[in-house]
Amino acid sequence: MKLEELRFGTELLKRGFASMQKGGVIMDVVNAEQAKIAEDAGAVAVMSLERVPSDIRKMGGVARMADPEKVAEIIEAVSIPVMGKVRIGHFVEAQVLEVLGVDMIDESEVLTPADEQYHIDKKQFKVPFVCGARNLGEALRRINEGAAMIRTKGEAGTGNVVEAVRHMRTIMGEIRMLRGLDKQEMADYAREIEAPAELIFECAERGRLPVVNFSAGGIATPSDAAMMMQLGADGVFVGSGIFKSTEPERMAKAIVEAVNNFDDATVIAKVSTGLGDAMPGLDIHTLREDEVLQTRGR
Amino acid sequence: MDANIGVLALQGNVSEHIDAFLLALERTGHGPSSEVFEVRSPADLADCTVLSIPGGESTTISRLIDKNGLYEPIRQFKGGIFATCAGMVLMATEVADPRIHPLGLMDMVADRNAFGRQRESFETDLPISGLDGGSFHAIFIRAPVVTWADPALNVLARLDQGIVAIEQGKHIALSFHPELGNDTRLHERFLKMNGI
Repeated sequence: MKLEELRFGTELLKRGFASMQKGGVIMDVVNAEQAKIAEDAGAVAVMSLERVPSDIRKMGGVARMADPEKVAEIIEAVSIPVMGKVRIGHFVEAQVLEVLGVDMIDESEVLTPADEQYHIDKKQFKVPFVCGARNLGEALRRINEGAAMIRTKGEAGTGNVVEAVRHMRTIMGEIRMLRGLDKQEMADYAREIEAPAELIFECAERGRLPVVNFSAGGIATPSDAAMMMQLGADGVFVGSGIFKSTEPERMAKAIVEAVNNFDDATVIAKVSTGLGDAMPGLDIHTLREDEVLQTRGR
Repeated sequence: MDANIGVLALQGNVSEHIDAFLLALERTGHGPSSEVFEVRSPADLADCTVLSIPGGESTTISRLIDKNGLYEPIRQFKGGIFATCAGMVLMATEVADPRIHPLGLMDMVADRNAFGRQRESFETDLPISGLDGGSFHAIFIRAPVVTWADPALNVLARLDQGIVAIEQGKHIALSFHPELGNDTRLHERFLKMNGI
């Protein structure tokens, strides 16, 4: 059959792809073997990267996009979507991942920013983007640049959920607060948080962000993941939490089941039993200012 | 007839399906006594007149159907099933992927990601046989196709890669995502097929 017109890379396709990930767990993997473990455990997608965030913290130096060979190896290994991280503002790293066939690009504060003024102009790409945010203003600026998915930033590589909670509560709280405002007040609030007024109106009307909102940065246990879902996340990203635990396969499966049954404590208790040790955690208050990742990009 | 429409809510595009069915019910003149709700357990399923299996990640949904004890209950389910994308894969008798445990409710073979990766995802105006009102704006996201179907099944639409819309009895399976637009003609057709 000859169709008149096929359209690729539209806003609807980008947001639609993000929407298919809802209720799912997206896991950080650094090689094909880990990617297969994640897929078998029920991950909806994998995030390919050179090192998990806790190792990036340890290594120091400039953290960049993964080696294309690594990304290709992971794409080859699994049938679920493969995402990849690029540095904030590094549009050429994004062009490279798009050519490699990555299904979604994470413009991520976990890597060292390449541009301290501008994020990537994501509307120029056919591939959808996910970006981090700590509050409503940041989320809407990213959506305005073309992000098809938001993830609250949390504090990656710490195994400490406190910042993820703070950011999710902030965004959900701001959206709830909008409902009590009239249009003029909303426009005023839009100026205050440096967000486009149209997107503020849309949030107020829908009672949620215009795109899917996942939680990330510090989720280390099934209970952490379920808590983020109960706080209103559409799904979760788990970075170091799986492959830095003592039993990654069991941890991966347990987190998938906890997200699926996030409001059923009986199931969460069951899947949390005898899991081995979660990744070692870091107290946020012990981080030096230059060790905090969430303040990268605004 | 009043209806209880269940949407399998294990993972994926659940809320969009709920909204689309609510809109279809409104457009077909159904009152508030018809309901649309999430199905997570065999008990939820027992309350359903019809079921929708949404898009999402088919390997994940398949695993969770087994985990939640829904495999046999769905196989024994008496009502029609509206299956999109991942749902189409699950309805088949055969899928070339060992991680999928297909329900085998439609006599067909499905192939995952038949068009390629996300960059090959597309939207187009698709002619659908037997659907009044012109072509259907179809959104294909890492979509599957049916590569073989028993000749007794009713093929509604086909592309070069394979069948993208098909019916068997009370069931309908689609490669694309009607729930992402405002066109509820396929939802309405499904309700009619099931006497709703």
